[in-house]
Amino acid sequence: MAYSDKVLDHYNHPRNVGALDKASPDVGTGVVGAPECGDVMKLQIQVEGDRIVDAKFKTFGCGSAIASSSLATEWLKGRTLDEAEKIRNTAIVEELSLPPVKIHCSVLAEDAIKAAIADYKRKQGEESNPAQPAGARRN
Amino acid sequence: MKLPIYLDYQATTPVDPRVLDAMLPFLREDFGNAASRSHAFGWKAEEAVEKAREEIAATIGASGKEIIFTSGSTEAINLALKGVVEMYASKGRHVVTSLAEHKAVLDTCKHLEKLGCEVTYLKPDKTARIAPEQVRAAIRPDTVLVALMWANNEVGTLNPIREIGAVCRATGTLFFTDATQAVGKVPVDVEADHVDLLCLSAHKIYGPKGVGALYVRRKNPRVRLAAQMDGGGHERGMRSGTLNVPGIVGLAKACELARTELAEESARCRALREHLHERIERELGYVVLNGHATERLPGNLNLSFHFVEGESLIMGISDVAVSSGSACTSASLEPSHVLRAMDVGEDLAHSSIRFGIGRFTTREEVDYAADAVVKAVRRLREMSPLYELAQEGVDLKTIQWQGGH
Repeated sequence: MAYSDKVLDHYNHPRNVGALDKASPDVGTGVVGAPECGDVMKLQIQVEGDRIVDAKFKTFGCGSAIASSSLATEWLKGRTLDEAEKIRNTAIVEELSLPPVKIHCSVLAEDAIKAAIADYKRKQGEESNPAQPAGARRN
Repeated sequence: MKLPIYLDYQATTPVDPRVLDAMLPFLREDFGNAASRSHAFGWKAEEAVEKAREEIAATIGASGKEIIFTSGSTEAINLALKGVVEMYASKGRHVVTSLAEHKAVLDTCKHLEKLGCEVTYLKPDKTARIAPEQVRAAIRPDTVLVALMWANNEVGTLNPIREIGAVCRATGTLFFTDATQAVGKVPVDVEADHVDLLCLSAHKIYGPKGVGALYVRRKNPRVRLAAQMDGGGHERGMRSGTLNVPGIVGLAKACELARTELAEESARCRALREHLHERIERELGYVVLNGHATERLPGNLNLSFHFVEGESLIMGISDVAVSSGSACTSASLEPSHVLRAMDVGEDLAHSSIRFGIGRFTTREEVDYAADAVVKAVRRLREMSPLYELAQEGVDLKTIQWQGGH
């Protein structure tokens, strides 16, 4: 199977590989997927106000999964949380020209974004109102 | 050294120049149809085919009359399984095989099940081996055929064929073995190994693609087959169709070379395999060998790299041609059925790479491949969340994963 130039570029030069301090209150971490399914993505965002100022990822998965998460971190930086939540897997599919068999990689990236945002919001919710159950929304 | 490097000899092999030289006259001046009885063109082709038959038979300890030419192993497997089941329907409709077989066997068995046969799929052990006792326990009075491969195409494991053959012989059950990967790599002797039917393929042993053979025992016992290809009655009625003379001549030459050079070549391939394995293991760690440590094809090394997905690793070593047990290279999202049957763990199944070493592999190439693999695995582990967790001392088996596909 031939990979698109953009997938190859992200694979060979992944953007924003690394880790942020997951204990920090302004960092949200999302881990999705499972090793037995062949892909696990860890995506982290650092938020100031309502804007994402940094994003990092680590991915166990095929080249398309690595490219999808690398692209996601690129798109997340500088966006507000509301904007970030609107990122859809179809946009990732289009940008990377993923074939049908690789669409699940983009779905996983979208799931990772949502999980990271939810984690951040949960942390913020707990901080402002510790009595609320985990997962409660602040707005 | 020429790039890319070919390390996928279990998928196919290049035609040996000596094989090509043997074939060329039969593509040029000696182009006759082996079934033409009325002129010298036909006689010459027929003579070449009969000589080839003897050569191929000698490679597996058979006689020429027991060789049926086919288009390759898949066709030979179809003919053996369907042909036996159809011919022996009055005895019963039960077949014994294993979960680690090639798809050509498994899918043919599925087809037979649709036609009303019952198939027992033996589960191999963790090294992909089937024990003779499992076969003995599975054979019933209505069992017409046991079909088990000699050497596994993915993990290289050799089944105890001689012992399995003895069990089949003692119970009066026909025994077919898919020896596609074994012929030319390990000694094969249908008499000593009690084999009744066996398939082989030219392109796995430095011959051309599109030609293979089915061995069908003629005595003690005499095996009868129902033809699956009707037509001019070639190959004693068992496989109609004009013979692929240049292909058959190529197959015979490939067999001759494989037979005469087997000892030397398998020792050389084994040494290269051990060198590759040793280097990777020493320089990386967290590497698991799939298949049997010693009972394996000399040129097969199948490794799983913890925390790294197979397809991404293949991308990282793009000038080394290998294959993966990871599903991501195929249309289905399931990893290799062989690794699953072996219970290696789904995560490791996704992390497996098959290195196939063969006749033209050099030590320099193996070292280049080892360098490339070590570099790529290190890079991918640095970006693997699983490696990060393991470094933190987290046991991955204790994690409840979610959102998997």
